[in-house]
Amino acid sequence: MPITNPDYYDINALLNEEERMVGETVRAFVEEEILPIIEEHYQAGTFPIEIVKRCGELGIFGTTIPEEYGGGGMNSITYGLINRELERGDSGIRSLVSVQSSLVMYPIWQYASEDLKREWLPKLASGDAIGCFGLTEPDFGSNPGGMITTAQETDSGYVLNGAKMWITNGTLADIAVVWAKLDGVVRGFLVEKGRPGFSAPEMKNKHSLRASVTSELVLQDCEIPKTHIFPEIKGLRGPFSCLNQARYGISWGAIGAAMACYDSSVEYATSRIQFDGPIARFQLVQNKLVWMLNEITKAQLLSYRLGRMKDQGTWRPQQVSMAKRNNVWMALECARIARDIHGANGILSEYPIMRHQANLESVKTYEGTHDIHTLIIGNDITGIPAFTGN
Amino acid sequence: MDIVVCVSQTPDTTTKIQVGEDGKNIDSTGVKFILNPYDEFAVEEGLKLREAHGGEITLLCVGDDSAKENIRLGLAMGADKAILVKDEAKADSFSVASQLADVLKESNLDIVLLGRQSIDYDSAQMGPTLAELLGRPCVSFVTSLEIDGTSVKAERDIEGGKEVVETSLPCVITAQKGLNEPRYPKLPDIMKAKKKPIEEREGTSPAARVETLSLNKPEQKSGGTVLDGTPEGIKELVRLLREEAKVI
Repeated sequence: MPITNPDYYDINALLNEEERMVGETVRAFVEEEILPIIEEHYQAGTFPIEIVKRCGELGIFGTTIPEEYGGGGMNSITYGLINRELERGDSGIRSLVSVQSSLVMYPIWQYASEDLKREWLPKLASGDAIGCFGLTEPDFGSNPGGMITTAQETDSGYVLNGAKMWITNGTLADIAVVWAKLDGVVRGFLVEKGRPGFSAPEMKNKHSLRASVTSELVLQDCEIPKTHIFPEIKGLRGPFSCLNQARYGISWGAIGAAMACYDSSVEYATSRIQFDGPIARFQLVQNKLVWMLNEITKAQLLSYRLGRMKDQGTWRPQQVSMAKRNNVWMALECARIARDIHGANGILSEYPIMRHQANLESVKTYEGTHDIHTLIIGNDITGIPAFTGN
Repeated sequence: MDIVVCVSQTPDTTTKIQVGEDGKNIDSTGVKFILNPYDEFAVEEGLKLREAHGGEITLLCVGDDSAKENIRLGLAMGADKAILVKDEAKADSFSVASQLADVLKESNLDIVLLGRQSIDYDSAQMGPTLAELLGRPCVSFVTSLEIDGTSVKAERDIEGGKEVVETSLPCVITAQKGLNEPRYPKLPDIMKAKKKPIEEREGTSPAARVETLSLNKPEQKSGGTVLDGTPEGIKELVRLLREEAKVI
């Protein structure tokens, strides 16, 4: 019997009962409620908004946030498994959860005032509110420290000016975590939908993440009250701490996309007949399947170990970079190889291959490009930063 | 309302079953066990009854330690507590039913819910046998259930249609597909299920009344006949459909 849903090194045996059950529950949810609708949304370039409420009902948002704020109080392996299962469906759906959980709920929990935590975290957990994260700007992607969005203190609060780009869920969001420079120092602010001077037009015509909303955030003399700053955290440490959470989840998510491509390839290779037999009997096809299984297994071990270190508090951001960099790269390669195995059929929406491939092109770039993560690890090895090219 | 849901675990539906060395049991090496899918309908119906009438749901299972993970799933869906009667042998349906009955005789239950059958051995005897042992009415293969006071109205699947029957609490109901849509457990409830009690009792392992002599896999189907699209091939196809398959 062919190996599908691969767990070649029996990582399942390292999971506890609850972790396994969460993974299986989310897997069933994706199979029954996401896979049947995702292709249609992807083709139409629409976001299945009803999924937000369903994710809230199932407790998929903010799983690592304490229960007293409406979160799940779960560990990082559980969060990883949720990401893996969601991205087995679609990177856009996983992006929704990455942003809501790691980039919005996490900083509010870590950095916002108690009042704002109590106001926003339960709503974000239940899916009654959607959040977004504004760091990247049109001219500052890999170099967020160069951002030109500013905050100015006034008698009653702060005035924000600037523009953010590539913001997942921006147009849908009820609350935005916005990073801006106050007296030259990066600070975090919360901006609710409807504040005068705040708008979030959707970016259209994407060839990737088509079942996900991507937006600009425009801040034009946008006034927010004094309470809406993160009082303590200063500098890029703030946004980077959120990105580490999300990148960790993405390292798991990419495995899910790769497993979907692999499973479809095994199924296709063992059933597609050419020259009077299944194409799985060709050495070149087996080589492709072996490459995928090999890389998926290595990626699973990376993320699993990283998750346990994260929960022990012994992980380092450079280790997150390795998992994100490796796993997204291998997932994209798996998708490309899967397309080869599927031949012409690989481009059809009947198979998930091309959708995953196109999605993963974005995933390889967002949350730190592949190359920036290379430089982070290179800096870790040598102690010589090569980011600025100077 | 005091609700009892009897659950069992069965091999995952995608398992490739192998017969064990003794020729009488399946080889469970590497087999993933799931909550019997028909029992999920029973758990869901229990949750709906509790939502409508209040009360408490107890899961009851005869099995070994490995059943706990699937009992937890039922607790994560919302059941309040569980009793696991430890019996690895599970000699036959009667043996299991009598151990279920032993536990339930002492309780003041209002309703017992079970799946119509487990999807592995398919005997479909558990509900009726248990009802008989308890001296309670049983309605099997139920697709719709209404309870008003102690009056029970149930719809059940029969060949080519539906039958509507009436009985009264306490009773035993076996759940058929279509009774409801089982909910997914909420992820935080999976964590909370860890804290819900699973009471363990020693089983009495009553002797079997029916002995399994052997388990056999269905004979391998031989490959079909491939006919080409030539006029001769089509003539042959028509001949085979007429003379062999006798469908035209």
